[in-house]
Amino acid sequence: MCLAAGVDFIDLDECARRGVVVANSGSVFSADVADHAVGLLIDVLRRVSAAERFVRRGLWPVQGGHPLGSKIGGRRVGIIGLGNIGSQIAKRLQALGCIVCYNSRTPKDSVPYRYFTNVHDLAVESDVLVVACALNKATRHIVGKDVLEALGKDGVVVNIGRGANVDQAELVRALKEGRIAGAGLDVFENEPGAPGELFCMDNVVMTPHVAVFTAESMSDLRDHVVANLEAFFSGQPLLTPVLPHSPVN
Amino acid sequence: MESLGVLLLYPVNAYLEQELDRRCRLYRFWESPREEFLRAHAGAVRAVVGNANYGADAALIDALPALEIVASFSVGIDRVDLAKCRERGIRVTNTPDVLTDDVADLAVGLAIAVLRRIPQADRYVRAGLWKSRGDYTLTTRFSGKRVGIIGLGRIGQAVARRVEAFDCPVNYHQRTEQKSVYPNYTYYPTVVELASNSDVLVVACPLNASTRHIVSREVMETLGPKGVLINVGRGPHVDEPEMVAALADGRLGGAGLDVFEDEPNVPEALLGMDNVVLVPHVGSGTYETRKAMADLVLGNLEAHVLSKPLLTPVV
Repeated sequence: MCLAAGVDFIDLDECARRGVVVANSGSVFSADVADHAVGLLIDVLRRVSAAERFVRRGLWPVQGGHPLGSKIGGRRVGIIGLGNIGSQIAKRLQALGCIVCYNSRTPKDSVPYRYFTNVHDLAVESDVLVVACALNKATRHIVGKDVLEALGKDGVVVNIGRGANVDQAELVRALKEGRIAGAGLDVFENEPGAPGELFCMDNVVMTPHVAVFTAESMSDLRDHVVANLEAFFSGQPLLTPVLPHSPVN
Repeated sequence: MESLGVLLLYPVNAYLEQELDRRCRLYRFWESPREEFLRAHAGAVRAVVGNANYGADAALIDALPALEIVASFSVGIDRVDLAKCRERGIRVTNTPDVLTDDVADLAVGLAIAVLRRIPQADRYVRAGLWKSRGDYTLTTRFSGKRVGIIGLGRIGQAVARRVEAFDCPVNYHQRTEQKSVYPNYTYYPTVVELASNSDVLVVACPLNASTRHIVSREVMETLGPKGVLINVGRGPHVDEPEMVAALADGRLGGAGLDVFEDEPNVPEALLGMDNVVLVPHVGSGTYETRKAMADLVLGNLEAHVLSKPLLTPVV
């Protein structure tokens, strides 16, 4: 039983060889992760955490106004990975007036969003990139130097996938040099901990890999694990099986 | 409108100030002591431009004999003495619609920030505690929570449409039910009943005599230890000392606040709390929206000078 949505740390081929079936958490966490992604996006564009620090430091009476943020409606958001989580992010962002586009391994039928065959082209046409894909060989550092350059100096990156989906060193460099406008990050290479160079930046919001961790999702997960175990031990198909070559990998 | 004498009450926006200076005869109220200014220029002021915190009250209106129009750089005009304006035949305009989306986005952003503790988690990372102390605490899901909206006007409706995408049931209270317009939203005839049936309570109504302290101690206690209050209206909508006490001893779960009773002053006790998110009246605070608001103020003044219908009149 994998208690995560991602299975990047499980050797699926070896499990298959030994006849060990693998189940993941399916879409139990999807709403919470989507909510967190949207919360990070709003925070970065509207400078919520930065404004909070401003107030708590007692600067409002002293300095008056706080720097303006950016309007969310009309912003083009490129979602990398339109699985359970990506689709829920898309639905929420549409309600905020964003224009949603996406990249995934294959285009999805019957979604109203524009598809791009690669992340670079998606980045060219996006103001915000949201990383919502699994981590595997093909998606390691899928957001790297050329994608960041394509996103541009007014662009924002939101990562609720895995730290290694983004070339972190390049991202930090781009933020330091003002080559992108901001980032909302829940995941990092080499957790726990985030790059210290980001700690003084007001255009970055960092959370400690919390996107799935609500009381409700933990309770839903317990129910889901029990249901998978009951299915397995009664000879029924798993609710959320993971195969070595399935789309989630 | 070069001959229009405009009194700007506060440096609310650089672009607006620049345009007023370029196109009108601009007086800046903060540049000299009030009495000295009025003695020198009162007779020349035909227009006043204020905002959410600085308005044309009765005393100021009385001191400006030539005043024809008050154009507020805000949608809420609780700081303008409307009765006095009506009495004197002074027109009043505000900036509705252009800021609706920004305020609604912030309301949703604050709700997620409070329930998911985003600014607090960010502080945790910046303080190095993720490395030294380990994982952050569990937070509370936002999706599916019952959202109660006080005032289903432009902003309230925009909040409702957004939270529907998070599968949140929408409840509301206002003076009248509008069942045919909002068949999917549940109306409650009192704010206490609204609070009793909601997990997140959003203030989105105008401030006037009947809505002052509409969020009372009773409302907050009914919202309860797991309830979250989001105020993107005006500080005086909420009984602030009662709110601070309720948050401190857990009778109210949390709050996301963009407005306060005595801005820019925030109650000291809130600054030390972890179950609140506090921002400095940034509801309309984006480059795009502030420019649109400024253009609306300028457009209203121009229409007035040309004797054309005002764009967004209140009086």
